Amino acid sequence: MFDTQPSRDELLALIAPCKGLPGPLLVMLHAIQDRVGYVPASAIPVLAEELNLSRAEVQGVISFYHHFRDRPPAKRRIEICRAESCQALQGDRLTAHIEQRTRLRLGETSADGSMSLQPVYCLGLCSASPALMIDGTVHARVTPERFDELLSQMETRE
Amino acid sequence: MSAAIVYVPRDASAAALGADAVAAEIDRQARDRGIAVRIVRNGTRGLTWLEPLVEVVTPIGRLAYGPVLPGDVPGLFDAGFLGGASHRLSLGPIEQHPYLKNQQRVTFARVGVIDPVSVAEYVAHDGFQGLREALRTSPADIVRIVTDSGLRGRGGAAFPAGIKWKTVLEQSAPQKYIACNADEGDSGTFADRMLMEGDPFQLIEGMTIAALGVGASQGYIYLRVEYPHSHRVLTEALAAARGAGFLGQNIMGSGAHFDIEVRLGAGAYICGEETSMLESLEGRRGEVRVRPPLPAIKGLFGMPTVVNNVITLASVPAILHKGAEAYRQLGSGRSRGTLPLQLAGNLKHPGLVERAFGLTLRELLYDYGGGSASGRPLRAVQIGGPLGAYVPVSQFDALIDYEGLSGIGALLGHGGIVAFDDTVDMARMARYAMAFCAHESCGKCTPCRIGSTRGVEVIDRIVAGVDRQQNLEVLNDLCETMVHGSLCGLGGMTPFPVQSALKHFPEDFTRGGSH
Repeated sequence: MFDTQPSRDELLALIAPCKGLPGPLLVMLHAIQDRVGYVPASAIPVLAEELNLSRAEVQGVISFYHHFRDRPPAKRRIEICRAESCQALQGDRLTAHIEQRTRLRLGETSADGSMSLQPVYCLGLCSASPALMIDGTVHARVTPERFDELLSQMETRE
Repeated sequence: MSAAIVYVPRDASAAALGADAVAAEIDRQARDRGIAVRIVRNGTRGLTWLEPLVEVVTPIGRLAYGPVLPGDVPGLFDAGFLGGASHRLSLGPIEQHPYLKNQQRVTFARVGVIDPVSVAEYVAHDGFQGLREALRTSPADIVRIVTDSGLRGRGGAAFPAGIKWKTVLEQSAPQKYIACNADEGDSGTFADRMLMEGDPFQLIEGMTIAALGVGASQGYIYLRVEYPHSHRVLTEALAAARGAGFLGQNIMGSGAHFDIEVRLGAGAYICGEETSMLESLEGRRGEVRVRPPLPAIKGLFGMPTVVNNVITLASVPAILHKGAEAYRQLGSGRSRGTLPLQLAGNLKHPGLVERAFGLTLRELLYDYGGGSASGRPLRAVQIGGPLGAYVPVSQFDALIDYEGLSGIGALLGHGGIVAFDDTVDMARMARYAMAFCAHESCGKCTPCRIGSTRGVEVIDRIVAGVDRQQNLEVLNDLCETMVHGSLCGLGGMTPFPVQSALKHFPEDFTRGGSH
């Protein structure tokens, strides 16, 4: 990941491989976020110019999709599935436990940016509910005790 | 002595339960003990409660152990599991397991059996036989065979696949596309993911046959970003298929050309709706399009496009290989063939069950699913994702096919079933349906964009006992408006779980409050 905001040239280099594709805006946004960690505001005019779109159109696409972020992600990211199958297996109890352990409410990021707690709607692991994702790695059949183990592993990694 | 062969699934559900760590531990133990072991990362068999499920190849077939945790691995070696020795995690010959033995695996025949990215194994298990047949068949005959098979779209709309293909075939255009909908966002569904991670060549083969049938040269798989495991498997499989001459230029020496690109979604449920998916593939906000024109006439980039779900396309190779009649013979009424049913939520034995249409919900939930995981009585199931109706126990004798379920006011959708025990609060589930719609609405239609938020508020008032009778009327009016005033299924079907919860479980809405 970049420590500072990427320059215009760096952004152009990131999107260069997608330029020949038809309808490439989403592909470019993924390329930027995968590398930078988010889609910086400075990317909007670059993309608009490259694709002959208005800046509003580019902004509109970024804001439409839950996946794209406009600021750097927290250092540790917990995403809890809140969909029906996980609710059917005590997902609410797990969520309450995680909120209490992390001292964060669902949807919040800690003030120092060290941890975020987000809801997601279905990870496709519905035959092993409840499921969650920590820093992009999926875990299923998670009990409060199992979450505590995962949390302490997370703290050891730091 | 040749290396012992051990299968450890790479499927996301197995990985989420520790399969990668199990595979690493098997490798480490084998090295430490100086034993030659070849680990194959297969798909999952779909007996998810037994994952991570490890299989070893023995003279009497593949023997399974599960669920295996990394800490169990030394003990398995000590017991001699590589030779099939007995252990407390022994499950015996996996193919004799009643959950699997009593299924009719057609589309999922290879899933969990083969190495998903090995062309050689795919070919050894009847792979590319459908494509071989298609290359000998005229486009009109390919379309006719698919029509004759009775295959209907497995994404939820259940539209006859062959009729859609015929429309695309009849268009004259400089470019046609095959767009595979792999944006499997419905809660309770995972068949697409399991198929892509367990047998991706079958999807590639099905898309290629569709291309030959309608005259398309480019295909896209629109894959949800929540499926990184699928993305890795598909990327490997596409490269392997190209390398072996089954995709790209001059397919199997026929002179035909077709290629596939995977495009990732970005966390928008609405992009599973076909026109919204096309917008997203074109790089725009995933807002639904007004139909007509149909995507089959004016679809991706304005060109005729076949839009089919993963399972629909993956069903095609077997139809071409074994013939329309073999597929058509399976099923009930106007629902032909098999359906991968996905058992999720509060069940003892959740997983994937492929059966011909026509079994009952009761059979599925108790004979396969084993009843609730919690040990409490089941109270309701939701069928077909977050827009599907809630079905009470009294209707569990309904037949699982398109017509049987619509007869009880439910929809089969993509075949996902989420079970709830008697602790469920159905007013909460109805509220959740509205809240989910508000979260995922693309914003194009007012009844969906605004109505869903009003729906949450009205349900809150009903539950709190504020002007309950009047608010129940408002909720019903609101549901009617959403059903009739929305362009697509999100706004148009969100009322189904709400109204079915109200109809079958009215007591949950009137428990609290003062009136």
